[in-house]
Amino acid sequence: MREPLGAIGLTLVAVVVLSAIFAGVLTSYAPSKISPTERFASPSLLHLLGTDHLGRDLFTRVLYGGRVALMIALGSTLVSLIVGVVLGLIAGYGPRWLDNVLLLVFDAVKSFPTVMLALTLVTLFGPSLYAVVVVVMLVNVPGYARIIRTQTLVLKSAEHVMAARSMGANAGRILRVHILPNIIGPILILVSMDIPVVVAIEAGMSFLGLGVRPPTPSWGAILNDGFANIRDSYWIVIAGGLPIVLTTLGFTFFGETLRDLFDPRLKGR
Amino acid sequence: MIRYAIKRLWLGAIIISFALMMMFAMVYLIPGDPASVALGPRATPEMKEALRERMGLDQPVWKQFANFYGSALHGDLGTEVLSNRPVLNVVMEQLPFTLALIVGGITWSVALGIPLGCIAAVRRGGFVDQVIGVLSVAMIAVPSFVVAIYSLLVFAVALQWLPAIGAGDPGNIASQLQHLILPSLAVGLGWIGYISRMVRASMLETLEASHIRTARAFGLPEHRIIYTYALRIAVLPTITLLGVGIGHMLSSSVFAEIVFARPGIGKLVYEAISVRNYPIVSGAVLVTTVFFVLVNVAADILVGLLDPRVRSSFN
Repeated sequence: MREPLGAIGLTLVAVVVLSAIFAGVLTSYAPSKISPTERFASPSLLHLLGTDHLGRDLFTRVLYGGRVALMIALGSTLVSLIVGVVLGLIAGYGPRWLDNVLLLVFDAVKSFPTVMLALTLVTLFGPSLYAVVVVVMLVNVPGYARIIRTQTLVLKSAEHVMAARSMGANAGRILRVHILPNIIGPILILVSMDIPVVVAIEAGMSFLGLGVRPPTPSWGAILNDGFANIRDSYWIVIAGGLPIVLTTLGFTFFGETLRDLFDPRLKGR
Repeated sequence: MIRYAIKRLWLGAIIISFALMMMFAMVYLIPGDPASVALGPRATPEMKEALRERMGLDQPVWKQFANFYGSALHGDLGTEVLSNRPVLNVVMEQLPFTLALIVGGITWSVALGIPLGCIAAVRRGGFVDQVIGVLSVAMIAVPSFVVAIYSLLVFAVALQWLPAIGAGDPGNIASQLQHLILPSLAVGLGWIGYISRMVRASMLETLEASHIRTARAFGLPEHRIIYTYALRIAVLPTITLLGVGIGHMLSSSVFAEIVFARPGIGKLVYEAISVRNYPIVSGAVLVTTVFFVLVNVAADILVGLLDPRVRSSFN
C-alpha cells in the first residue's frame, strides 16, 4: 500500500457510507423511539453508545444521522456544482459586462462570514433542510464558478473552439461539447474535497438548531442534546462528535490522496 | 501603489453596499409585519400604528430604502425596540469580546503554525514532515464546534484545568486570559494547519531562491538562513491568508461563544434570532461584514506594499 493515508481515508469513508446504508440491519432500535425508563443510560452492551435525555438509543441515532448527513452533503454539493458550472460558463463565455457583474456578485457573496450568512437565511426562511442546502450553495458556488470561468476563458481562444465557431457552432454547443468536457475533471476532484466541509456545515447548523428539525436524527443535533447535559452524561457529546470527526477526516484524507494521484498540479491547494 | 489601494477600497465599498442592500431586503422580506413582531401578540392596533410610524414603515419602499441607506452611512442602524437603545451601541458593546477571541485564535495559529511549517520544510520528505502534514490536514478537517465541545469536555469538565463558562471577571486580565485559552484554541486550531501548510510550501519555494543560495555560498549557518532570510519572505502569503482566516474565525467564534457561554457578536445574533429581534440581527451581520471587508482590504494592501508582484497582477 503506497498511500497509507488514502487507505485510512477510504476505510473510514466506507465504514460511514455502509453503516448509513445498512442502518436498519445494524440496529434493532428505531431512531426516534422514546423510552422514558432508559433515560441517560451509559454505554453498555444493550446500548453501545448509551442513550440520550429521552432514552433514545444513541448508536441507532448516529447510524441514521449518517444517512441524513450524507444525503444532504451529496445533494447540496451536486446542486452547487450544477449552479456553479452554469454561472461559471456564462461568466467566462458571455459578454464582458456580464462577466464583471457576476464576478462582483461572487466576491460579495464570498465576503459574508459563513455562519452570519446561515443565521441571516434562517431568520428569513426558518430552520429547515432547505436552509442548509441554500447555505451550502452560497458557500460553494462562488468558488466553483470562478474556477470554471477561468478555465472557460482559457479555452475560449483555444484552436478547437475557434474551429468549431468558424464552422458555425452556436454558443450552447461550443460550451457543451468543446469546453465543459475539458474542464469538468479537475473541478470534480475539488468538489469531492468539499464534502467534509458540507458535512460540517450541516452538523454545525443542526447543532445550533438551525438545520434539520427534531426528531430527525442528525449528528449536530445529538451534539446539542449532549452539550445540554455535558456534566452528567458525557457519552452523548462523544456519540455526536465522533462520527463528525471520523467522516470529515475520512473524506479529507481520501480526497487529498485522490487529488495528488490524479492531478499533481493541484497539490498543496 | 495608491491606484492599487484605491481599487481595493472601491471593491470593498461595493461589497459593503451590497451587504446593506441584502440587509434591507432581509428586513423587508420577513414574513409578517415587523411592528407586530416586535410588540408581540397583545399589542393594540394603535400601538402598532405608532411603532410603524416610528420605524418609517408607513412610507413607500424606495423611501424606506433611501432612509435605511442614508442613516446606515451615518452609523445609525436603527433603535433596538426592546431596550430602546441604538442598535450600533448594542453591537459595539459585544465586538471587543469577539475580537479578543479572534486575536487569541490568530495567536494560537501563528505561534504553532509558522514553526510547524518551518520544521516540515527543513525536514522535507522525512518522517517529521509527514507527521506534521497529517496533523495539519486533520486540524483543518475537524469542525471547530466539535473541537470546542471536546475541549470543554476534556479540559473544563473532566480535568477542570480551565474555566468552562464566561469571559472572566471584568478588569481581571489574568482571569480573562484564562477564560480565553480554550475558546480561542477552538477558533484557531484549523488555522494552525492552514498556516503550517502554507508556510511549508512557500518556504520550500523560497529556499530555491538565488539570494538564499548566495547566503549558503557565504557559509551562513543554516538556522540563520531559514529563520532570518527565508522566513521573512515565506510568511508573506500567510498575511493574505489571515484576511480570509479572520472571516472563518468569525464563523467559528459563534460556536465558541455559545459553547463556552461567552459574550460576543455571535452569541448576540444567535440569541436575537431566537427572540426574533431582527434589527439586532441585521445590525450585527452588517457590522461583522464591514469588519471582515476592511480586514481583507487591509491584508491585501499590506501584501501589495510588501510584494510588488501582487500589485501588478491586480491590474
